[in-house]
Amino acid sequence: MNDNLHPPAPRGDLAVDATGLVKTFGRPGSNIVRAVDGVDLQVVRGEVFGVLGPNGAGKTTMLSMLATLLPIDGGHASIFGVDVVDQPHRVRQLLGVTGQYASVDENLTATENLVLFARLLGHRWPAARTIAADLLERFGLTEAATRQIKNFSGGMRRRLDLAASLISRPPLIFLDEPTTGLDPRTRGQMWDTIRELVAQGSTILLTTQYLDEADQLADRIAVIDAGRKVAEGTPEELKAGVGSSTLHLRLTDRTQTAAAAAVVERALGEAPVLTPEAGGLNVPLANADGAGEVLIALRQAELSITTATVRQPTLDEVFLALTGHHSETSENDTETEEVA
Amino acid sequence: MTAVTESPQAPLAVRAAVVPEDLASRPSLRETVDQTLAMAWRATKKMRRNPEQFFDVTIQPLLFTAMFAYIFGGAISGSVKDYLPLIIPGILAQTALTTCMAMGTQLREDMDKGVFDRFRSLPIARIAPLAGPALADVIRYMIAATLTILVGIAMGFRPGGGVLGTLGGWLLTIVAAWSLAWIFTWLGTVARSAQAVQGISMMIMFPLTFLSNAFVPAESLPGWLEAFVKVNPVSHVVTACRDLINEGQVTAEVGWALLGCAAVVAIFAPLAVRSYSRKI
Ligand SMILES: Nc1ncnc2c1ncn2[C@@H]1O[C@H](COP(=O)(O)OP(=O)(O)OP(=O)(O)O)[C@@H](O)[C@H]1O
Ligand SMILES: [Mg+2]
Repeated sequence: MNDNLHPPAPRGDLAVDATGLVKTFGRPGSNIVRAVDGVDLQVVRGEVFGVLGPNGAGKTTMLSMLATLLPIDGGHASIFGVDVVDQPHRVRQLLGVTGQYASVDENLTATENLVLFARLLGHRWPAARTIAADLLERFGLTEAATRQIKNFSGGMRRRLDLAASLISRPPLIFLDEPTTGLDPRTRGQMWDTIRELVAQGSTILLTTQYLDEADQLADRIAVIDAGRKVAEGTPEELKAGVGSSTLHLRLTDRTQTAAAAAVVERALGEAPVLTPEAGGLNVPLANADGAGEVLIALRQAELSITTATVRQPTLDEVFLALTGHHSETSENDTETEEVA
Repeated sequence: MTAVTESPQAPLAVRAAVVPEDLASRPSLRETVDQTLAMAWRATKKMRRNPEQFFDVTIQPLLFTAMFAYIFGGAISGSVKDYLPLIIPGILAQTALTTCMAMGTQLREDMDKGVFDRFRSLPIARIAPLAGPALADVIRYMIAATLTILVGIAMGFRPGGGVLGTLGGWLLTIVAAWSLAWIFTWLGTVARSAQAVQGISMMIMFPLTFLSNAFVPAESLPGWLEAFVKVNPVSHVVTACRDLINEGQVTAEVGWALLGCAAVVAIFAPLAVRSYSRKI
């Protein structure tokens, strides 16, 4: 669709340069899954690049290939110009990887985990202990320093996991769904941490299922679906494709849905989208002010509503606009930012 | 009008990301040793928190030494006391095998955990996550070997080889256990589940220990069995231990046993590293 809106940056400036990445799972003969199916990815030094996609889109698989964790079945990838297949050891020195599931040792304490990773990265014992203490303080985990990870909450694990990825001060950081499962406050803290890393000059490649997260953090976004890149651009460009915001309406009387849809279409000249639950309408708005006109039109038609919310488009709406089908994830767990 | 390069993705960078210029293409020997020691440290921490890892190495020597000595002693050597010089080195070898067998199962379980994803993504020697636990496991072999000898002495065993000979046999047992552990480490990296490792390990362990001269003299067996027993590497370890502990002599058997151990490591350590690096 609106692929490659920007001219490619000069190769030397690319933190990640991947072309035609392919990963297939399954044996020939049985049903083969093309988890990643020819994805091109160019991440410029110093930017935050967001990979947006629903469950099973191939986000984790793609990051794993770039992080030398999975063999690449097709295509070519390099990190800061270093080939991922030929020079895995060099690539690993450039990367900090925070996986989707916490990759820390359950049986060790927080301090022991960080000391272990620091030792593995070549720091002497005293230095390793200092690094561990510093990072624990920075991530607000000092009190839990001597607790085993199996007694940690999900949010604490995530923070420790990110801390572990920063020991080597890597110039490129992979974050696979860094805030999935975090409460809003912890999520905000995670966002702040990510912004700090960027301010210190790190390049970040993050995946997420939430458009608002990509919007908050990313300079550029690639949307992937079923292993393919369906769009790429700045958050503004993507949202422009679905209207800048969405008015979500719920009718008092579900049987009037069709009538309400007709009223909305007359007011804005564009048909609203019916939500999966009955009696709900999503109205894409090019301009948030349009909400007023819709509400006035409904009142004049004497159609009563229970709720009206103006919010950013969800991933599902971006998806629908880009691919013509719903993403499977966004039934109830879409995070919405209430503006009205 | 001045040409302004339009960059909608203008990075917020305050200082440029430092991309090191001189990246090593592989870890040095020194780094590999350090990383292995760090991994061994991790394994000892885990052992301390799961004391059940010490059950087999404490109970088995106590139980097996007493059991085998009293059951077979009279039948094979006429009396328990006469059987001890034959059976103690046998039990040593058997304990070495059974304790090092746990390596495979544990590694398999460990590899399924999230932390191994991080180990794989770190710029560390691929052998470190395998060699570290193997090194820490030496502690368990030491406990098992020491207890076996102590139980024997408590039952009236007086090693003819003296302190030095006994120490030699003890050391050989530990070297053998560490070497054979690489077979099970390799199994751990190729098998699909911990149960599979367990099953296959048993199938390897039983013929190796029981079809050896660990419990009965090879000469007392039918010809075809004697032939197998004589080529079984465990038999060489057992004979070498007997020579050291009972005679205090460093015989050719000791050389063969060590050579066998070296061969096992030379074959299975590279195989294990290779299949570990390939595994997702
Ligand atoms: N080891 C594997 N063996 C077989 N199929 C796999 C394997 N790993 C991933 N897949 C398949 O590849 C596809 C992409 O999976 P992937 O984990 O990359 O998705 P994702 O975008 O990270 O999803 P999520 O948001 O749920 O984390 C899925 O269909 C998945 O079933
Ligand atoms: Mg994933």
